[in-house]
Amino acid sequence: MHELSVCQGLLREVARMAAEHDAVAVDRIVLQVGGLSGVEPPLLERAFEVARAGTLAEAAELEIRAGPVVVLCRECGSRGEVPVNRLLCPGCGDWRVEVVEGEELLLLTIDMETV
Amino acid sequence: MCDTCGCSITPANAHLVQARGKLERTSEGKASVEVLASLLHENDHQAAHNREHFDRHGVLALNLMSSPGSGKTSLLEATIDALGGEYSMAVIEGDLETENDAERIRARGVPAVQITTGQACHLDAHMVHDALHALELDGVDLLFIENVGNLVCPASFDLGHHANVALLSVTEGDDKPAKYPVMFRAADLVLLSKSDFLDVIDDFDPARAERHVRELANPAPVQALSVRRPDSLQAWFDWLRAAVAARRSGTAMAPRIQPDGAALHAG
Repeated sequence: MHELSVCQGLLREVARMAAEHDAVAVDRIVLQVGGLSGVEPPLLERAFEVARAGTLAEAAELEIRAGPVVVLCRECGSRGEVPVNRLLCPGCGDWRVEVVEGEELLLLTIDMETV
Repeated sequence: MCDTCGCSITPANAHLVQARGKLERTSEGKASVEVLASLLHENDHQAAHNREHFDRHGVLALNLMSSPGSGKTSLLEATIDALGGEYSMAVIEGDLETENDAERIRARGVPAVQITTGQACHLDAHMVHDALHALELDGVDLLFIENVGNLVCPASFDLGHHANVALLSVTEGDDKPAKYPVMFRAADLVLLSKSDFLDVIDDFDPARAERHVRELANPAPVQALSVRRPDSLQAWFDWLRAAVAARRSGTAMAPRIQPDGAALHAG
């Protein structure tokens, strides 16, 4: 249930950006959520429905781009997509890999109406 | 707020950074701003400040995470009993309700602050910051932050601590790291607690638990221990001694999985 905390943080950031650009309403918010971020997109969507009430983003559309988990092998150099609980090299099977994508929990873009 | 330092840059998104803050007009004439900030930006920012605070006081701060009932508080009691003469310790306890755990710690003569989170399933950096107001850190070597018992949410929030310790009691099953990958990937040390039960439980294999941790690309040590078998605690005490020594020598320490933004900000 920490998706609600995440949403509240998101809306504070959105309010700050809206104020900076003198926006009167926010139309669309785009997020990138990696498989290892610890956040579930469907839960985030539901939490957003609750958290946005009474904010400038009340009628905003939330777009969540769920990213893959990608590892780079330190042993053989292979790179590829893997399941979240099996971060093994897709080439040689070694566990000494670096996660190069999949941890993101990012606010990418805000579309807003300015006067 | 770090508009200028590129707080949330990761290798995966660094190519987007040049666009940060760019204002464009969409085809309908709406304003579109590229933000590229971590959704946990506020938390990460506070966490970086907490870490600076710990570093200034020379305190090693550890975040203990596990399911409810895996033995976090019992391990702290045993640790206080064994190392109380060696180190000055303090504890921050996180639970939804009650002062029970803090009272257990205080009964052993160690200062403890209880955070009751109400309905919240995790501690965050702001809660820890508030708790620090009630805790005298001068002279403290080791601060344990006992997180809310939960294998999911606490892993997402940096508290400003130096290392994550995840407990997995042997009664929970050796496949927990595969079921809760975000938590066990974040662990700098995995403790298989209640190991005395291995005598009567035939379906928990410590080697299999360790293999699941490795499958998360995590090199963290995996130690089996039980507070009812004092000898089994020696490896944990040695790990603590090494960590305190590293902190004292001024080695920069941060949890294995830590938002890139906080690291850049602290620099």
